[in-house]
Amino acid sequence: MEKVKVTIDGITIEVDAGTSILNAARQIGGDVVPPAMCYYSKLKDSGGKCRTCLVKVSKGSEKDPRPMPKLLASCRTAVMDGMEVQNITSLEVVEARKGVVEMLLINHPLDCPVCDQAGECHLQDLAYEHGVEKTRYEFERRTFDRIDIGDKIQLHMTRCILCYRCVFVADQLTNQRVHGILGRGDASEISTYIEKAIDNDFSGNVIDVCPVGALTDRTFRFKNRVWFTKPVDAHRDCPTCSGKVTLWYKGEEVIRVTAPKDQFGEVEDFICNTCRFETKNTSDWVIEGPRQIANTSVISSNHYEIAQPPPVIKTNLVLQEANKEQFEKATRS
Amino acid sequence: MSRKLLLEHINVPGINTFDVYRQNGGYRSVEKALKTLSPDDIVEEVKKSGLRGRGGAGFPTGMKWSFLAKPEGVPRYLVCNADESEPGTFKDRYLMTYIPHLLIEGMIVSSFALGVNTCYIYVRGEMMPQICILEKAIVEAKNAGFLGKNILGTGYDLEMYVQPGGGAYICGEETGLLESLEGKRGTPRIKPPFPAVSGLYNCPTVVNNVETIAAVVPIINDGADEYMKIGIGRSTGTKLISAGGNLNKPGVYEIELGVPVEEFIYSDEYCGGIANGKRLKAVVAGGSSVPILPANLILKTVNGESRLMSYESLADGGFVSGTMLGSGGFIAFDEDQCIVRNTWNFARFYHHESCGQCSPCREGTGWMEKVLHRLEYGHGKLSDMDLLVDVSKKIEGNTICPLGDAAAWPVASAIRHFRDEFEWHVNDPKSAMERNYGLAHYADPLEIEVKG
Repeated sequence: MEKVKVTIDGITIEVDAGTSILNAARQIGGDVVPPAMCYYSKLKDSGGKCRTCLVKVSKGSEKDPRPMPKLLASCRTAVMDGMEVQNITSLEVVEARKGVVEMLLINHPLDCPVCDQAGECHLQDLAYEHGVEKTRYEFERRTFDRIDIGDKIQLHMTRCILCYRCVFVADQLTNQRVHGILGRGDASEISTYIEKAIDNDFSGNVIDVCPVGALTDRTFRFKNRVWFTKPVDAHRDCPTCSGKVTLWYKGEEVIRVTAPKDQFGEVEDFICNTCRFETKNTSDWVIEGPRQIANTSVISSNHYEIAQPPPVIKTNLVLQEANKEQFEKATRS
Repeated sequence: MSRKLLLEHINVPGINTFDVYRQNGGYRSVEKALKTLSPDDIVEEVKKSGLRGRGGAGFPTGMKWSFLAKPEGVPRYLVCNADESEPGTFKDRYLMTYIPHLLIEGMIVSSFALGVNTCYIYVRGEMMPQICILEKAIVEAKNAGFLGKNILGTGYDLEMYVQPGGGAYICGEETGLLESLEGKRGTPRIKPPFPAVSGLYNCPTVVNNVETIAAVVPIINDGADEYMKIGIGRSTGTKLISAGGNLNKPGVYEIELGVPVEEFIYSDEYCGGIANGKRLKAVVAGGSSVPILPANLILKTVNGESRLMSYESLADGGFVSGTMLGSGGFIAFDEDQCIVRNTWNFARFYHHESCGQCSPCREGTGWMEKVLHRLEYGHGKLSDMDLLVDVSKKIEGNTICPLGDAAAWPVASAIRHFRDEFEWHVNDPKSAMERNYGLAHYADPLEIEVKG
């Protein structure tokens, strides 16, 4: 495969041709990774909508070094050889991102204290990192009634940020398209037409891909806060899916099953509804060990773990040398 | 009397029928193009003529055509964008209603130039009469041998279809239009890839405005050199302007680019001045999405030169003191019009028409509309103006398609030029509900900076 060189915030990396800027940044790791609310690497055509991953391309490529006139969505822009990208080093990007976060929050109910997603919500993380403390929006927020789509999933559109991820899941994972967008503009809503129940083996994955608390697991609703539960990796022989999951324990009891998620909050593998909703006994599973959750997440608070250096440092000798002190400090404890 | 290229025969009775149109020199360009010119010659000719897209952005048409990818064995498409729904613009509807064969003639020549065998005219859903007119005209052209298989015995095949849209403004954005044409939700695609590489059904596609395609006809008939003589600088040829608002003679005018704005508003050949003897307060020069300008800035640039109806002259001064030619929807406001109410009306339109795909536009247009509503009805605050400018900046340039920009520009420019009228609405809400702000100083001669 052809390799191209791209420089993001001054860090140069070689990636396969056709990689998006966002994925190149993820290969570098650390702070230069733009946040992504709608992009999901496992879903085709996702991304480009939330605009939180906007970056500035200060040099188009080796052949055509002109900068791009507008900020670009890094999740949908492929890297070119010699491209130079500014993410957190560009004031313009930081400002634009702040604006996008504000826009995402103006119609969000901010009901985190009663929301099941709190603690693993991407919008919370995003607002914490890039938002402002106060809102300038003084109007009534958009609200919807809660809808039960099937007996296991609840849709609470009020919290939705319209990332379209669940629509892509319904489109690409399940064989009948029962789930889409109705209406347009800020009146658009995710819905199953005429509140039809979603009835499919993989429908539960919409809960995992939802970056906010708009789609929640009815078997877990109001049972517990996620940071009081203990994630454990487990697997079982499943005829329909890979059977690899994360069990969330409260005491002796499994109160929730999700697919294992990586450091960007994306599932490693989609799991079936039997694994997710039906098998909630320890005896159903082979336990592998505690699940590592990224240090930045509230779920890992009070869990002292060794800080993992970003992947780019592991492969780059110059950076290893430059960060030697921190590296030793991290590995010593 | 200025030269007319598109509307030359508009007053001939029955020009909407094939026979009368043909007798008045119609379909000459098809004969000329198919029999004597090669496709590349036509593209070169259009390139040379300096014709710029008449839909709003003003991108050179010949250049757009030359970007079209031409892979082997893949069909190419030409799509005519007749989804004209910009408030203030009604030139395409006029052209399609009264002289539909001009569009069809242009479509045939353009399709031949691009090597297209299937082309579409995507018409806005509300324009049902125009859809019927076009379909009738297509049948007439087909019966006369100008469409279908082996046109004029040259071996060139072309099928033309009219597709009614659902009546959404967003479907006028070229990728939104293509999505809609494919039968999906009309939401703009993320670019790249551009339609020239992967457009309709993932095939290379050119999307052009009705007037752009119609303008190809005189270019082929008379040659690019003749076309270039009309106009000024890089704005060549003629442009249809749909004039509306408080004018004595509103309507569609074909102007030679480069006519002074003052002449366009006040001369009897064109709009004939402001209605009821009132004075001019402000002008939206190119459809609702371009910045609004007060009377003094629309007639003269900040350098004191008189402003002309051309792409460059209207844009003189950038967004600080200029505007854009846009799609040619010329709206004049007299001294009795309220700019705050008008801005709110525009914001309401963009809020309603935002597709809801990307967050800055979906949330920001609604936010701006609500703040403007509050200002108009006397509940505003002085900080609202800064808020509006800030929100418009957060939308501008950060969205998937230009609708975000189009929503942000009118609001930002109205506050830039008419700030005291907004402040008056906040400070004196009672009077603001009872009367309008009036002309104030908006027509006062500008203080010209003396350089040196």
